[in-house]
Amino acid sequence: MKSDIILSGVGGQGILSIAAAIGLAALSNDLYLKQSEVHGMSQRGGDVQSHLRISDEPVLSDLIPYGKADLIISVEPMESLRYLPWLSEKGWLVTNSNPFINIPDYPPLDDILTEIKQIKNHIIIDADGIAKASGSARSGNIVILGAASPFIDMPFGNLENAVRKLFARKGDLIVEANLKALVAGRESSMALKI
Amino acid sequence: MKKLLLLGDEAIAQAALDAGLSGMYAYPGTPSTEIMEYIQSSEQSTAQNVLKEWSSNEKTAIETALGMSYAGKRAMVAMKHVGLNVAADGFINSAITGVNGGLIVVSADDPSMHSSQNEQDSRFYGKFAFVPCFEPSNQQEAYDMVFDAFEVSEKYKVPVLFRVTTRLAHSRASVSTKEILLQKNLSIPADPLQFVLLPAIARKKYKILLSSYESLKGENRISKYNNYKDGFNKKLGIITCGIAYNYLLENIIDSLNEYPVLKITAYPFPKDIIKNIIDTCEEILILEEGAPVIEESVRGILDDSKKIHGRIDGTVPRDGELNPAIVAKAIGLPVSYGQEIPSLVRMRPPSFCNGCGHGDMFNSLNEAIKSSGPGHVFSDIGCYTLAALPPYNSINSCVDMGASVTMAIGAADAGLFPSVAVIGDSTFTHSGMTGLLDAVVKNSPVTIIISDNSTTGMTGGQKSQATGRLEKICEGIGVSREHLRVIIPLRKNHGENVRIMKEEFEYKGVSVIIASRECIQTAARRKKSEK
Repeated sequence: MKSDIILSGVGGQGILSIAAAIGLAALSNDLYLKQSEVHGMSQRGGDVQSHLRISDEPVLSDLIPYGKADLIISVEPMESLRYLPWLSEKGWLVTNSNPFINIPDYPPLDDILTEIKQIKNHIIIDADGIAKASGSARSGNIVILGAASPFIDMPFGNLENAVRKLFARKGDLIVEANLKALVAGRESSMALKI
Repeated sequence: MKKLLLLGDEAIAQAALDAGLSGMYAYPGTPSTEIMEYIQSSEQSTAQNVLKEWSSNEKTAIETALGMSYAGKRAMVAMKHVGLNVAADGFINSAITGVNGGLIVVSADDPSMHSSQNEQDSRFYGKFAFVPCFEPSNQQEAYDMVFDAFEVSEKYKVPVLFRVTTRLAHSRASVSTKEILLQKNLSIPADPLQFVLLPAIARKKYKILLSSYESLKGENRISKYNNYKDGFNKKLGIITCGIAYNYLLENIIDSLNEYPVLKITAYPFPKDIIKNIIDTCEEILILEEGAPVIEESVRGILDDSKKIHGRIDGTVPRDGELNPAIVAKAIGLPVSYGQEIPSLVRMRPPSFCNGCGHGDMFNSLNEAIKSSGPGHVFSDIGCYTLAALPPYNSINSCVDMGASVTMAIGAADAGLFPSVAVIGDSTFTHSGMTGLLDAVVKNSPVTIIISDNSTTGMTGGQKSQATGRLEKICEGIGVSREHLRVIIPLRKNHGENVRIMKEEFEYKGVSVIIASRECIQTAARRKKSEK
């Protein structure tokens, strides 16, 4: 088993929480993992990415080589396209459809979505809308994690446990809301995948 | 033994705690900040009474750590690579005084300058100071090496440099921990003059340092990490170190037995391991993150043979960090890319957060300085450096910590008027105060704006030594009360703030404007935790 994942978004959108959840799930599954994060200057509203590599054999490079990512998980549509040089031919791209516009020359959203739809394996979901509908407007990132879960070679229960662990100190209500967001994301993605 | 999921930085911190650390000293700087942050938030460090307060700058940090070492206890200092420039005086001389308790100096390099002004390689400092340097390539090695680094430090009575680069500092992996060692007891040095660098003493101690640097080459705790793996294809031998080793393995994992590979993990390295691979292989490729430190020492100045390849002959780019593709190309392997980035994708540079006080301050500054024309504003290192970019385009310099104040003085000396410095609160107490004293002593016609957000913002909101002290510091340095102004950078105060700035820009002496408003990131976190 090997899963090379690029997480992308804008500083402050919570991609490191997604990475932490997958990381916890991988550890509980006795898998090897390396996760490279961006800290510092870029976190101020700039583009951020994280390379997450999970495998049943020791992981070597901290960075995923070009053309080798199995999955791009993006909480922002334009950012999902920035990492295409890493995506393998068979790889999947899972992205939120809601743009984060903090630059004056942000391209028209329709053009971005058209570009994403040209990628063979893609899932576009309205993570913010789904999060709101499941009663936790701030869990868009966990919805995206749910939407990406069918493409991560690990039992879904491990991800659920990881989300429980990750939000445990914030109380039962927050845990439940995030679990709901996770399942809702997964279901909407499964519906699109077929 | 436990298994923990740790960043490279955190592995170093956890190892220090497990190896009997008594004091941790640091000034925040990407990519080193998480070392102190981990120790500060660790329950283990609280239970073990480890000292863990931020220092005003890297120089005070290293000197405080040296004091802890003087008293016989294990200490660690952490900083980013350019911080080692600030700490260099203490660092170089601590090699000559030597240590009592073990002393580790972690310097986190930032090749490709993700969050830095240069990509200097800290390994030069190891050679420069004649101290051993450890360079782990993964999180487990980083953890294990800290134990050896403390041992080496105490055995040879020298500080040990510990070099990591951004990708290891900020990459997370599982780490197995060791049994926890007890802290050392308080014990002053056996020789009461060990730390007295009077010339007559320093000359003797320097000779000792030079000879111990030679004997380090045979030290097992260093050499055991320098690993040689033979290969059947002697056309190419590869010498590598640090994170570059991981990129190499990624590329050759399917043919691991092909090329001989020498991994250097600690410096100084003995000649024989290098000689062996060079003598047996037709060509040599050297892969190292950062400057060609190993490559230069292997080549020597007389070498112009075509046998050695690396950053110097252009086989590997001379600047910037490595990645698996660069390494693949250097070995002659094909590189496969995915799709190109579509042309509609725009750059998304970092920017001020919505509602940031720096932004309101710069809006007022831009209006107040407008009539003077361009080129009057010197600035410094922090979030506010982003005002060099549109839409603000406010500042004309960012060089090193504190340089805004002193460059403004020099430009005023040359006749530039008004000459304005913009510096953050934490940067001001790091290295701006001494410059302000220079300005006061000669009554330079400069205006210093301290953009005070009560935190060290760019690195994620660490405690600022300046908080609550700025006015008294400026008064104490000698700024006159009528030219020490305090404003609140809010949109509603814009008109008044512009007026105050204009008044002070016109004044032909030293004025300080403290623009004070809490960082909105730390304010949000504070409010959340108060709930």
